[in-house]
Order: sequence, then structure tokens, then C-alpha cells
Amino acid sequence: MIFFEFAKRNIRLHWLRSLLAVIGITIGVVAITSMGILGNSLVLSISNTLTSVGDTIVITPHTSFQNFGGGSSTSGISERDVEQIRRSSGSNAVIPVYAGGDRIAIGRDVGAATIYGLDPKDIPLLLEVVNGTYIRSSSGVMVGSRIAEEFNLKLGSQITIGSDDATAVRVVGILKERGVGFDINPDFGIIASDQWFSERYGVSSYDQVIVKVKNLDEIDRVKSAIEEKLNRRETTVNVLDTRAILEGILSAFNQIKTFTTAIGGISLIVAGVSIFNVMMMSVTERTKEIGVIRSIGTQKSEVLKMFLDEAIILGLIGSLVGGVLSFAGGYAVSQIMLQTTEYLFVPSSLINILYGMLFGVVTSLLSGIYPAWKAANLNPIEALRHE
Amino acid sequence: MEKAMSGGGEGRTPIITFDHVTKVYSLPAGDVVALNDVSMDVLPGEFIAVMGPSGSGKSTMLNLIGCLDVPTSGKVFIKGHDIRTMADTDLTRLRRDHIGFVFQQFNLLPLLNVVENVEFPLILKCGRKECGLKAYEVIRAVGLEEGLDTHTPSELSGGQQQRVAIARALVNDPDIIICDEPTGNLDSKSGATIMEVLASMNQRGKTIIVVTHDPKIAAFARRTLELLDGRIV
Repeated sequence: MIFFEFAKRNIRLHWLRSLLAVIGITIGVVAITSMGILGNSLVLSISNTLTSVGDTIVITPHTSFQNFGGGSSTSGISERDVEQIRRSSGSNAVIPVYAGGDRIAIGRDVGAATIYGLDPKDIPLLLEVVNGTYIRSSSGVMVGSRIAEEFNLKLGSQITIGSDDATAVRVVGILKERGVGFDINPDFGIIASDQWFSERYGVSSYDQVIVKVKNLDEIDRVKSAIEEKLNRRETTVNVLDTRAILEGILSAFNQIKTFTTAIGGISLIVAGVSIFNVMMMSVTERTKEIGVIRSIGTQKSEVLKMFLDEAIILGLIGSLVGGVLSFAGGYAVSQIMLQTTEYLFVPSSLINILYGMLFGVVTSLLSGIYPAWKAANLNPIEALRHE
Repeated sequence: MEKAMSGGGEGRTPIITFDHVTKVYSLPAGDVVALNDVSMDVLPGEFIAVMGPSGSGKSTMLNLIGCLDVPTSGKVFIKGHDIRTMADTDLTRLRRDHIGFVFQQFNLLPLLNVVENVEFPLILKCGRKECGLKAYEVIRAVGLEEGLDTHTPSELSGGQQQRVAIARALVNDPDIIICDEPTGNLDSKSGATIMEVLASMNQRGKTIIVVTHDPKIAAFARRTLELLDGRIV
């Protein structure tokens, strides 16, 4: 159609001005899309790292203060409570945990560490050994990767635990780094057997009970069953399910994603203003031409179309270039910030490119509406007289 | 009011009728009466020159005939249509299909070449290029050499541009051609040639209205309307 041809030629005639407008749209699209991709990749990567602990219910005593000095807790979860939890949890693994802190000494290095007491047969359910073996008896301990690094612990190293009535233990295994969890944080800790722990500190009640749910759908049912059993008369334990915590974190990340996308949106608005400006200039410069084509029989709607075509062409070119560049940009941003591009090629990331391009075209169109309307409604006589 | 009637055309239906037409422009400094109670008829096939000093109302009369403006009072009929009652869309269509415009500044579209300029009104009318006259035929009819078809207006001389403009005005086979100082930007030789082209179109039955200052140009017309202070004298 001739009006499209007209728009095309005018863009070509004023190529520098048009190029600037296109660059504006391109930057806007790239910004909004890269931010979207980054946000989405962030959410995906966080949820991937967190799902491994998303199947956990953590039960802690309701008496909130946890003593860190003596290593023993005064009012923990009793053996009877654990039995109740086992019954409420069905076939899911129930892992009672002793936890405390104590002074440690390795040679002449002195420090403090969190010490966990676990039933040796439960340990493989929670933790992974990278070096050495799992503890089998009460004589050995396993150490977290960070503490091993800090104190230069090797297999066979001896650790003296406690200050007055110190006991020596040997490292039989070094654990894989686990990161921050909601249940236990073994990276800076020492894992001993439950038997050793209860004898060493003279405790019989647990500080924490972890329930690993095999099927995520059961998590709510198990959680409420435990709460019903133990907290029927008075609140004796706090029951946390990590999935709820995860959901909270994910929703926070989604808000961050929305925010970053909104920042991208601002640059798109700036691009829209630039298109608006280019179009207004075009209308002013071509007032006489508009007068001519109106007088020889061009309808208002056709003039409108001509100018909107121009805006759409600018928007389409900008969006297409922006779409391609934002794929590259998303790739770069993912690589730099997340060290992986595996989250770029999933639909929920790629859809951002489509959205970004759509926003680019719509912004251009919206910016073109007023100038085009103005052009269409010029008085032909006055427009003809315009020099 | 006196009616300026043509000499030879009694009994035929006028193609243009002004019936007590007044046009007033409201300006901040006060109202300006551009046309004051003008009545006239133009019969099909007439060749009329409109003369008069600046501000006498020539342009206003041309704008009304060209359906670019509507009268403040009185009635203007173009091909039997009362233009004051028509919507902008219909006025535009009337201009497109029945009126050809030739301007002093030629006013070709700089983005289009010669053929595209001439084809433009055709495309407006039909969407395609298969109605009305053939653009090439019209370009030959106004005497433009063949080698210039793909040139842009800026590459042509004034006389050549005005021929293209006339070809553009003719391509939808209009009944009326209105020319606003068509030779005003041309040397006298090119001007005379352009007037000969217009005269030959008049012989083929087009109604031609030319606004001019130049008595030599007015001499091509068969009737002259003299305007002064918004009245025909």
C-alpha cells in the first residue's frame, strides 16, 4: 500500500533521526527483556538449589531459647515426643537431632563449633561425605567442609572437644558443602553419633527433629498431624515446613523480578518519548505535504494510517533488533551473574523476549497516536499555506 | 444580485453554483469578510480566469470550489452537492474523484517519483492502479518526455514539474480543474506552454478555473471573473 511505502521512504530520508528512535526502542526492549530473563533465571536457580531442602519438616522445642554454651538443652523434645512424631509421619524418615555448641581445639588452634549428634544410620539421609566414611561407632566424627578448611582438618585429625572435661575425637569423614539450610548447618559443624553426644553432655531430649517427606504433597498432612499430636493441649513444639519458607523466598524473588522488569520498562518509556518527538518533528516538517495530499483527496484516516505506519515500522525494527540483542544480552547476563545459561533456554525465560518485543511495538504505536492524529486533523488550507 | 452567466451555455445544468455566498474569517483583530454575497454559475466545459488584487477573495473562492472550505452563509453546489451539508469524508471523496488541483508551487510529493506522483490519486481512489486513466498515458498527454518517468520532482525543471502536477490533477478524470497561479513560478515561455496544455484539456471538456494576476494568462480563458473586496465586479 502506498501509505506504507510513504512511511518507509520518509524513514529512509530521515535515517539518522529514525535510527536514533530505533536505538531508543532497541535499548528499551533489551533492558526490559534482559531484566525479565535475569529475574526469571534467578528465580529458577534459587528454586533449584532450594528444592533439595523443600521436602523437610523441622520440629523444634517451643521454649525458644537454645543454649549455646553447655551443649545441652534443658527442655528439648523427649523420646516420647519423637515416638509420637514417628507415628504421625507414617513411612517418612524421622531424624532426631542433638545440637549444641562447644569449644574445640585442634593442636594449638582453639575455636568453637556447632556439634550435632545424629543416629549413624540417619546420617546418609541428610548428609553426603566427600572424603572418608560415615561414622559407624561413637569414636569418630565427621566435619563440615568449611570448618575442615578453616582448621586444616584431614581424615584422622584429632579434635579436642570441650574445655574442662575435654574429650578427643578423630575425624573419619569430611562432608560435602551443603549451604544454608533450614534444618541443620553442618558446614561449620561437627557431626557425632547420638550416643556419643548424649553421653558426653548427659542429655536425653533432642533439640530438633527433622522429618524428610518422600512425597511433597504429603507435607501439609504430616505437618498438621504432628501439630495435632504434640500441640494438642499446649504448644510444646514449633513445626516449620521448609516448603512454606521456600514459597516466601520465591515470592520475594518474584517481586525483585517485577521490580527489575519495571526498571527496564522505564527505559522503554523514554524510548516512547523519543518516538513521539521524532513523529512530531515529522508532522511539523511535512505539514505542507499533508496539506497537498489532503487537498487532492486523501482521507483523514489514510493520513493517520501513514503516520502510524511510520511509528510501527520504527517500533518493529527496534523491537526485532532488541529481541535478537536481548537474547545475547540475556545470555551474557546469565553467564556473568549466575555462571550458567541453562535457565535461558526455558520457555518462561524466552517468553520475556516476546513480551519485550510486544511492549516495544505497543510503546511505539502509542507514541505515534497523537502525532498521527494531529497530522490527520490539520486544516488542509492552512497546511497548504505552511512553508 | 447580478448573476455572472456564461455567454454560450444557457439551458445546461451548472457544474458549480454560488448562491449568495458569504465567507467570514474570525481573526483576533476582528472579522474579515473574504467573500461578500457572491452568486455565480459555472457551466460544464467553461474556462474561467479569476482575477483581482490580493485580499479580494480569489483564494477563498478557489477553496470553496475545491471543497476545502465551506461558506459561512449561502450555498455552494459542486456537481449538485451542497458542500455545507457534507461530512469531511464525503468532501474529500468529491475532491479526489471530481476535482483536480494545480498549485503555484507545483506541490509534488518529494518522496515519490514522477509516475508515482501521478498514480497517487488513482491509488487513493481504487487502492490499486487499474482504474481511471493510465498514468503513463496522462503523462504523455501533458507532453512530458518519456525518460523522466522515474525521476524525482527535485530533478525536474519548474515547467516539467507543473506538467506532472497537471497529469496528477487529470488522472482520476475529474470534471473540474482548479489552478492557483499555475504559471506564477514559471518563466513566460514555460507558462505559455502550461496554459496551452490547460486549454487543450478544456477542449476535451474539462471545466477549468484559473486564478491569476497575469492578463496574458487570463487571455486563455473564455470568461474572466474580476473580484474586488469579496465581490464580483
